[in-house]
Amino acid sequence: MSLFKAHYNLEKKSIWLVVGIIAAASVGGLVEIAPLFTIDQTVETTPDMRVYTPLELSGRNIYIREGCYACHSQMIRTLRDEVERYGPYSLAAESQYDHPMLWGSKRTGPDIARVGGKYSDEWHAAHMNNPRDVVPSSIMPAYPWLAETALNVSDLDAHLTALRTLGVPYTDAMIENASADALAQATPDSDAASGVSERYGEATNMRRFSSQDTVTELDALISYLQILGQMTQAAYTTEPVGN
Amino acid sequence: MIAQLSRTERQLAAVLAIALALLGLTMAVAAKQGPMAVHGFMALALGMGLFIAVASVLEKPQTNPDADQQYYDDPTKVGIILSMVWGVFAMAIGLWVAALMVWPDATLGHAWMSYGRIRPVHTTGVIFAFGGNALIATSFHVMQRTSRTRLADQLSPWFVLVGYNLFLVWAVTGYMMGVTQSKEYAEPEWYADLWLVVVWVAYLVLYLRTLARRAEPHIYVANWYYLAFIVVVAMLHIVNGFALPVSFAGAKSYTVFSGVQDAMVQWWYGHNAVAFFMTSGFLGMLYYYLPVRAQRPIYSYRLSILSFWGITFFYLWVGSHHLHYTALPHWVQTLGMTFSIMLLVPSWASAGNAIATLNGAWGRVRDDATLRFMFVAAVFYGLSTFEGSFMAIRPVNALSHYTDWTVGHVHSGALGWLAMVTFGAFYSTVPLIWGRKAMYSARLVEWHFWLALAGLLTYVFSLWNAGITQGLMWRTYNAAGTLNYSFIESIDAMRPYYIARFFGGVLFLAGICVGAVNIWLTVRGVRGEAPDRPFAMQGAE
Repeated sequence: MSLFKAHYNLEKKSIWLVVGIIAAASVGGLVEIAPLFTIDQTVETTPDMRVYTPLELSGRNIYIREGCYACHSQMIRTLRDEVERYGPYSLAAESQYDHPMLWGSKRTGPDIARVGGKYSDEWHAAHMNNPRDVVPSSIMPAYPWLAETALNVSDLDAHLTALRTLGVPYTDAMIENASADALAQATPDSDAASGVSERYGEATNMRRFSSQDTVTELDALISYLQILGQMTQAAYTTEPVGN
Repeated sequence: MIAQLSRTERQLAAVLAIALALLGLTMAVAAKQGPMAVHGFMALALGMGLFIAVASVLEKPQTNPDADQQYYDDPTKVGIILSMVWGVFAMAIGLWVAALMVWPDATLGHAWMSYGRIRPVHTTGVIFAFGGNALIATSFHVMQRTSRTRLADQLSPWFVLVGYNLFLVWAVTGYMMGVTQSKEYAEPEWYADLWLVVVWVAYLVLYLRTLARRAEPHIYVANWYYLAFIVVVAMLHIVNGFALPVSFAGAKSYTVFSGVQDAMVQWWYGHNAVAFFMTSGFLGMLYYYLPVRAQRPIYSYRLSILSFWGITFFYLWVGSHHLHYTALPHWVQTLGMTFSIMLLVPSWASAGNAIATLNGAWGRVRDDATLRFMFVAAVFYGLSTFEGSFMAIRPVNALSHYTDWTVGHVHSGALGWLAMVTFGAFYSTVPLIWGRKAMYSARLVEWHFWLALAGLLTYVFSLWNAGITQGLMWRTYNAAGTLNYSFIESIDAMRPYYIARFFGGVLFLAGICVGAVNIWLTVRGVRGEAPDRPFAMQGAE
């Protein structure tokens, strides 16, 4: 029986057609995706990698909410011009705690995978308020409302709990103090501030990120931008590639 | 339309409407405030509205109770109108988005109007709202005609149509309120995703039940494609949608996958949304309407088979070509590229099959703008799939990725292939199911065709130029061996292309508006000129 004759029979039975479609469509995904979950071989080990603080996580969620990923990628490819323009190419470990990843697919604006520490907080605050004040021909939208909106920190413990369920190593103390830590990171003179550096490391940025009186969404977003590419130093010690 | 439902169906409809209202109420109460509460109130209002509409005619006698010997086209009619309304809306938003790239201060300081929030409104609006409603509407039409049977029942098509559009409204209003998962082509949050699963399963069940009633021993080619579209989209949507809500009273969730795995799953989904929503689904449309309109049988049955299984098998491998030179393991990138190139064979088998079908009917292509829409669609399907395979080649991808070339590519697919074949299918279907001899105005169809083609070419050429210019500027070195251009210089260089794109969008939008008016005038025209056809043999086979 020829192949076309076999098909002649297959197209008389809708259930078998459906089974055939599922079978044919399953192979590619299984071959490519399943092996990636042997995580030790997919993601390199980086002892200094740390998790997002609650304030940075809030900033990341604001970044997602405003659709920033539509214009800015966070993935420096292993190409000479990208490494020279943006910095060391991105490692898998750097996004290992990112639910979801924000690698992006379009650079209407530049890649920002290594923007952390590149500009001052004041620059970011001015840039968000009106990008054209600092980059005259920028086509980025302005986000003036971020500085006027107080940051909601009330349910950050639930956010950290959900992420821990998915494998991000947040400790009980981190979850318990999530809301307080978020505010404390932006009010370094407060009593709670020492707890932040105790839980997230001495290198954590602790300051008022915008110049607002209360902790705003702008503080959270800048705290997130200032840590991009600085969560681990592994990328800076990897041999560069020539391609 | 409700009067056409049987009494049992009306009772069931009333129960479903109450269930929807209760679901909405639960969501609204649980969420108390925020976007999920807004969405809960929407479902509540819709459920109550539907209940009132159904309850008011619950006991009235069924009109035309012996309609069993006729096709059931009411859902197709509503689907086509919804598709056109969404199309005009989504393309108007697209124009606004394009304008923001030239005049960035046009957001007027409102969060919901800013680029990052309305760009997904445009994407979802065009692909899933305009395209999805078109697919649902035409699939109902095609499966009845090719199976020579009536839809399995009169209630589930409405469940699919209303349920799907509720999902779309949740999605689109959600983005404006800042609700997004940020996964490309899969931005709606967890509860909208779950709702879509329910709707989609109902769609599959309806499709299989109708096929089971068919009077033809063989399942027609178009139905294979529609089936693959329904089945695989469900599979992709479920796996890509795995997420853990922060709380059941809020919209925010965290996707189960992280980093590299998430990127791979995202592009496995994202590229196959292209494959099974935007390719298989619309090929189903093409394989029915093109031969019927050209009055020629499909050129090759064997090519159809080759193309169908080739697309169904190869496409699922190719998503990783979006991740060349990234932190994804190298072997996966290479595998994705290899299969992307092989994919050209089954893609061109269908494109060639469509164009060869027109052989001997070129006179009709010249004279009939409706058929010309489908011809241009087949050509652009061929072009876009060639471009896609080409862009998957590693060094080409190094230049094209992250640039406007990608945006140009997806628009040559969306405008040149999806929209064109949809318009061709609509202009074939609308007179038929509303009982008219022809569209209200053939001249307006011509106008729509040339506006759409001019808009498409303006758009695509400007973005090809934009993309290649960006890609080259980013990698240009000067004599001293350092990068020659700053990033902002590449943005400055885009301005003329972005303006040209805006005007391409104006033309395309004008075209669809002409089409919407023409369809509306046809619907409102003289009724009963050509009565609904009984289950006669169709010209397609």
